[in-house]
Amino acid sequence: MACPPAAPSSPPRQPSVKVILAATDVSRVVDRIAHQILEKTQGAADTVLLGIPTRGAPLAKRLAARISTFEDVAVPVGVLDITLYRDDLRRHATRAIGPTQLPPGGIDGKRVVLVDDVLFSGRTVRAALDALNDLGRPASVQLAVLVDRGHRQLPIRADYVGKNIPTSLAESVKVTLAETDGLDEVKLYGGTPS
Amino acid sequence: MIRHLLSGADLDAATATQILDTAAEMATVAGREVKKLPALRGRTVVNLFYEDSTRTRISFEAAAKRLSADVINFSAKGSSVTKGESLKDTALTLQAMGADAVVVRHPASGAPHRLANWVDGSVVNAGDGTHEHPTQALLDAYTMRSRLGRLAGLHVAIVGDVLHSRVARSNVLLLSTLGAKVTLVGPPTLIPVDISAALAPGTDVSYDLDTVLPGVDVVMMLRVQRERMGDSYFPSAREYARRYGLDGPRLRRLPEHAIVMHPGPMNRGMEITPEVADSPRSTIVEQVANGVSVRMAVLYLLLGGNNL
Repeated sequence: MACPPAAPSSPPRQPSVKVILAATDVSRVVDRIAHQILEKTQGAADTVLLGIPTRGAPLAKRLAARISTFEDVAVPVGVLDITLYRDDLRRHATRAIGPTQLPPGGIDGKRVVLVDDVLFSGRTVRAALDALNDLGRPASVQLAVLVDRGHRQLPIRADYVGKNIPTSLAESVKVTLAETDGLDEVKLYGGTPS
Repeated sequence: MIRHLLSGADLDAATATQILDTAAEMATVAGREVKKLPALRGRTVVNLFYEDSTRTRISFEAAAKRLSADVINFSAKGSSVTKGESLKDTALTLQAMGADAVVVRHPASGAPHRLANWVDGSVVNAGDGTHEHPTQALLDAYTMRSRLGRLAGLHVAIVGDVLHSRVARSNVLLLSTLGAKVTLVGPPTLIPVDISAALAPGTDVSYDLDTVLPGVDVVMMLRVQRERMGDSYFPSAREYARRYGLDGPRLRRLPEHAIVMHPGPMNRGMEITPEVADSPRSTIVEQVANGVSVRMAVLYLLLGGNNL
C-alpha cells in the first residue's frame, strides 16, 4: 500500500475515512444488482421492489429504472417504513414515522425484493419482515443491499449484495446517495488507520 | 416531545404539524389487511371517563388497540367513584396498576392538570368541563388540512355556544398556532368577553352569522350544551336556530369550497339542519374517522419512545 509522507501539521487523532465506492462504482454496482435480480427472477415478472427508508427508497427506484432499461419491464416500486416495527423503539426518544407506499397491485402473491443501503445487524430486515406480514402475503421475499458489512445478530442474509465490506465493530459505514445527500458515495469511518 | 397533552396551548406549530403528519400515516392503517401496529405493545392505556361520551371514548379505545396497547376502560358510573372515592385516590390506584397513559374526561375544568401531578404516566385531556379538548382540535385541524390542503391562512368561523365549549377553546388555540384565522360567532350571552385577549390575539368576535358566512373557508357549528345552562342564555330554541342555526339557505351563502364541521353530538334542527348535516360539504362523519388516526398519532408520540 502506498503510504504518502505524513503531513507534519496534520491534527492528531483524525478519524480515518476511506472511500469504498465512488459515484461511478455505485452506479456500476446498482447496474449489477439490477442484472442479478433479472437473472434470478427470470425477467422480474410478478416482482415488487420495496425500499426501506431513508436510502433504500431511492435505491429501489434506481433498480427499477435500470431493470426497465435493460429488459423493458416495469417493476412496481414501493416504500416500506419500518419505524413502528423496530425492536429498539422504546430505547430512544419517539421517532417520527415515515410513509409506507405499496404499489397499486399490492404485494399479495408477489415476489417482494426488500432494498436497503447497508446490511449490518439484520434487525432492520427483521422489522421489515414483520411489517410485510401485516401488509399482505407475498409469495416470497428477497433482500438486496448496496453494502453488506457483516456482524449479523439475526439469521438473515441478503440475496443480492453490491459490495461486501469486512469491518470491525468500531468502524462505521456511511452510504450517501444523490437523491438524499447530493452525492453517491460509500465511506468507511474510524477503526484502525490503514 | 411533550409528556402530557392537556391543552391546545401545549403544542407549538412544529409539534402540532408532526402530530398531523403522523396521523396521516396512521390513517393508512385503516385500509390495511391487518389494522394493527405493534408500536405500543405491552403499554397500558386507561380511559378514565367521569362524563358520558360515545365517540371520544370509543375513538381513544380504537386508537390504543390499533397500536397494540392494552386498554382499561373506566367509567365513573359503576365504579368506586359512586362510593365517594376522590380523583386522587383513583389516580393512585391507576398508578399502582401501572398505567402508562391516562386518557381523562372530567366535568371539572382543570382535573387533567391535577391528575398530571399525581401519576407518572402521560395524561391526555379528553375534555375537562368547559375548558379544553385538545385532541378534538387536532382532529378538526387534520380534517381541514385534508379537505382544503392547508391550514395557514384559512378563515374559520366557530359558531354557537362558545361559552361552554371546550372544543372552541382548544380550536382557537391550535388554529391560531397553525396560522388560521378564527372568528367566533354566537349570541352575546354565549361568547365570553375578551376571549381573544385571553386565548389568542387576532381572534375576531361577531354576533351576526350571516355577515360572516360569505368570507369563511370552514364553518364549525358547536352543540348548544343544554346540560350546562339554564334557559336564560337565549329566549327560545327557535330563535336560536333562526339566528345562529346553519340551514340550507345559509349553506348556499358559503363560498363554494367551504366545509361544514360539527364535533358531535348534534342537536339536529337546533344548531344544524339535517339537510346541512347530511350534505357532501359536511365533514361530520369524516371527523370521527380522522379522530382515530389523530389519537393514534398522539398516543404514539407520547408513549412510543422512552421519553417518559
